[in-house]
Amino acid sequence: MSKTEQPRIPVLDALSQHFKENAHMALRNKQLRHNMRTAMDSLITKRLVSMPDENERESLRELGNHVRARALSKLPELLEKLEANLTKRGVQVHWAETTEEANQIIFDIAKRRQAKLFIKGKSMVSEELNMNHFLKKQGIEALESDMGEYIIQLDYERPSHIIMPAIHKNAKQVGHLFENKLQTPYTDDVDTLIQTGRKVLRNKFFEADIGISGVNFAVAETGSLFLVENEGNGRMSTTVPPVHIAITGIEKVVENLRDTVPLVSLLTRSALGQAITTYVNLISGPRKANELDGPEEVHLVLLDNGRTQAFADAQLRQTLNCIRCGACMNHCPVYTRIGGQAYGTVYPGPIGKIISPHLMGLDKTEDLPIASTLCGACGEVCPVKIPIPELLRRLRKEDVRPPEEPLHYVKGQGARFSRKERTMWNIWKSMNTKPNLYRKFSYLATRLRFMTPNILAWSQNHSKAKPASYTLHELAKKHLGDKK
Amino acid sequence: MSDLFYDAAPNATRIAPPRPQPRKYPDKKPTHVYLFGTCVIDIMFPDAGFDAIRLLEREGITVHYPQEQGCCGQPAYSSGYIEQAKEVAKAQIALFENDWPVVIPSGSCAGMMRLHYKELFHDEPEVLAKVNALSERIYELGEFLLYVSKIQLKDQGQKTKIALHTSCAARREMNTHLHVRQLLDQLENVERIDHDHESECCGFGGTFSVKMADISGAMVLDKTKALKDTGVDQVVSADCGCLMNINGSLEKQNESLRGQHLATFLWLRTGGTHHE
Repeated sequence: MSKTEQPRIPVLDALSQHFKENAHMALRNKQLRHNMRTAMDSLITKRLVSMPDENERESLRELGNHVRARALSKLPELLEKLEANLTKRGVQVHWAETTEEANQIIFDIAKRRQAKLFIKGKSMVSEELNMNHFLKKQGIEALESDMGEYIIQLDYERPSHIIMPAIHKNAKQVGHLFENKLQTPYTDDVDTLIQTGRKVLRNKFFEADIGISGVNFAVAETGSLFLVENEGNGRMSTTVPPVHIAITGIEKVVENLRDTVPLVSLLTRSALGQAITTYVNLISGPRKANELDGPEEVHLVLLDNGRTQAFADAQLRQTLNCIRCGACMNHCPVYTRIGGQAYGTVYPGPIGKIISPHLMGLDKTEDLPIASTLCGACGEVCPVKIPIPELLRRLRKEDVRPPEEPLHYVKGQGARFSRKERTMWNIWKSMNTKPNLYRKFSYLATRLRFMTPNILAWSQNHSKAKPASYTLHELAKKHLGDKK
Repeated sequence: MSDLFYDAAPNATRIAPPRPQPRKYPDKKPTHVYLFGTCVIDIMFPDAGFDAIRLLEREGITVHYPQEQGCCGQPAYSSGYIEQAKEVAKAQIALFENDWPVVIPSGSCAGMMRLHYKELFHDEPEVLAKVNALSERIYELGEFLLYVSKIQLKDQGQKTKIALHTSCAARREMNTHLHVRQLLDQLENVERIDHDHESECCGFGGTFSVKMADISGAMVLDKTKALKDTGVDQVVSADCGCLMNINGSLEKQNESLRGQHLATFLWLRTGGTHHE
């Protein structure tokens, strides 16, 4: 890295849930602020250009929502069908309730194959498992092959965006990183940098014992794993090593192949403004006896990790519609300013604020639901119409619900419960339901405006907020009289 | 596209229209309206509310201002205190007995009463029936003036340049950013300048500005910079929450630029004067 390094969220803190502290640090990083703004503006434009017709865009979103909602409405049934069809094709299906279980399943496969090197395509679920770290402790190296992920792995960081894990870095920063870590001459030419990275990774595909990937859509009807990518590394990781392990959350299942058409169209357009990705992979089993290519074994690990909790509640279930395009982040004014690492969770941005509480519990993510102005930009662009602001409000409710109250929809309910705050809202309620009290309060607030308390957090960025010297109630009464 | 319209939803016939149908407005201008002034206007910007009353009166409409009104309930609703929000909402719902339009000089409070009350009372059929009926009568001020009152504004002011800031709720729930633009464009001496990242939130978000003061501060600094960069004489907004945020930040920065509520701006531009 360059000498003039900006404040940076420590590597280990990228999963620390210190949202406020991390955000504070990120805001002071001018380079990050600049990179994020430029990158997000470009993605916002590209999305619009790729879906210029508003009616068509909205119809497609509606369709995407229907497809996802239908899949979720039959989730248990579709998962069973998926397992049956995959098994028929020779794919070994594993179920993991927790991240520990998933890691153990993966490790058991590795042990059996005496694996020492994993090569990975992109997989957010593997981040959820903290898999690289787990494998490292077992003496197994897991090398990222997605260029963005490779860059951040070199820099001991975590992904800051679902689709573009290194979006917070620019070419200059990557140039210095490669210079230091790969001992290549400094350049900020993007093509040269990518070639450098590719050269390093090329042989690893052949050396690796196991290839890891995520899944974009698991198709129940055909037993196929649908995977989109632009770099070809996904195809290499899933076909070259003798074993391929795909990892996915249980919600990624869709009913049939046809359902993937609108979803992939929405995914690539919403994420990058692309009509389609360079590579679209449909994996339907290991290499057959008469085939030359492909792995000997294919595994699918289906992970729950809190997803059934979201599934159990009709409103919260909508969280699981997500197809991981990242459009909500690209449009979020909060994410744009602090970047993904500040969230201290695997999934950052608006979608992370509603997924993470299910995965980790509200007690570990208590600040996330309130880290939004509810401006609605995320909901407006979500390709499958997840009502993110509505779900944020719902989680806020669970966040302040008394922990002893019997309804526990989300793990860690009542993380932000405070008797004092509740009392304050009860006073506010009385004031606004008892007109005489309200009028007395507003009269006093305006007449005693010089005594308005100074809210420190507000006055950091604003002059002191002072009430007017009279109320509208008074003006209206004087002008309109007592007419009802 | 047409090939994509297969039976996506169970028993779906065709996909529903992408956007809600444009709102149907009454053909005849009503003779009476209620004004719901909002708590922020009541205490922080009373003149804006009063100017709204006078604009409506000049249109020949009798304005009723129920003195029992308070807050719409949005702050509690957004903070997760749903029961408290419900009680407060119920108190407001009871105030508008006659079948007159309820005009609200704030996009976000109008959005709350028009759209979110339905969510708030989705499991209370009796209240919901009332809420649904009320919802149809809720208008944001700009929307009402343009489409119901069909106001014709006669600009009597000097040439001026302004920037318009719309609240996110107004923009994404009520579509009022379009109405307000159309209203302002009736004023011949007013030049409207678009600012950078216009559709982006100013960072207020109610308690967000206090609970996440750092991030909110970064947002409002960017917003005020974008507004200053336009070189306009004045900022206009139909939402006093945003105005509190933007003006408070501008004042802290010792800038002379300020935001003014739409009602006040329109009233003063069209020959109205301010009271004593």
